[in-house]
Amino acid sequence: MSARLTPPVSARDHAQGPADAPVTLVEYGDYECPHCGRAHPIVKALQRSMGNDLRFVFRNFPLAKSHPHAEHAAEMAEAAGHQGKFWPMHDLLFEHQDALEDEDLIGYAASLGIDPAWAAPALAQGLFRERVHEDFASGVKSGVNGTPTFFINGVRYDGLLHPTSLLEALVSAATPE
Amino acid sequence: MSQLVEVGTKAPDFTLPRSPDAKQRLADSRGHPVILAFYPADWSPVCGDELALFNECLPEFQRYGAELLGISVDGVWCHKAYRDARHFDFHLLADFEPKGAVSRAYGAYRAQDGFSERALFVLDGAGVIRWSYLSPVSVNPGADGILAALEGLK
Repeated sequence: MSARLTPPVSARDHAQGPADAPVTLVEYGDYECPHCGRAHPIVKALQRSMGNDLRFVFRNFPLAKSHPHAEHAAEMAEAAGHQGKFWPMHDLLFEHQDALEDEDLIGYAASLGIDPAWAAPALAQGLFRERVHEDFASGVKSGVNGTPTFFINGVRYDGLLHPTSLLEALVSAATPE
Repeated sequence: MSQLVEVGTKAPDFTLPRSPDAKQRLADSRGHPVILAFYPADWSPVCGDELALFNECLPEFQRYGAELLGISVDGVWCHKAYRDARHFDFHLLADFEPKGAVSRAYGAYRAQDGFSERALFVLDGAGVIRWSYLSPVSVNPGADGILAALEGLK
């Protein structure tokens, strides 16, 4: 099976780091998934070690039947993204995985300066549901087989969720043959 | 590794319990694609992830009108507890007695271990196997192959 990122990273994605970085790490993640919570500081550490050699992209893959808050959390991240606050919201969600009720999400939005009078109905009316679903569908097509699933330069990473293993894989992807 | 029954052949028919009081016959599922997901055991970690993923993918499968059936050698009560606990919205069939007979018929049985392989089949509406995949037991295969196969049926 292919297990290649489909579609490739584009302007629609949320990205940190330079677009021309030699390595792009894409994570499909779920804000309520404990393994993704564990991965969050690992990704931060990788970003610190790699600096401008790394571009990081996050796509939503909420396992909504296992994690009842995951879908709304993802939608709130996208709502924040719409207001230019995707990454601060992304961090807040992973730092508060045990408090992801709708009121919590709206509170995080408010703390980032997003008007709750906009955020609450955006969530209730599912304004960003389709966007989250597009991410999910792309993940299924790409061969996501659990959360988190990482792709390094478009190829699924099947190694351990461990800083050293991930860093080795990134560095080797960054190094020309 | 096992030798799966070949793509292009008629899928071996079977009737297996899908709950303590209902049976499922494969031949009754004509007219739409069927996904057969053989897996080693209820409750084991990788299976859980694989089936949980497929559970989330049901709307994607349903776009193609496809029906998903999980099959392992676990008994109906075990399947029931597992399905209820994980909120699975598809049936788990018990290849329990004679043990593994259907898995064997598909070439998806590990006699040395006494459980099914982690194997996927996509059947077309006429019950012909159109795609299969045998995964290493410890690797969750993902759903991309299934989707590509369903896309290919159109």
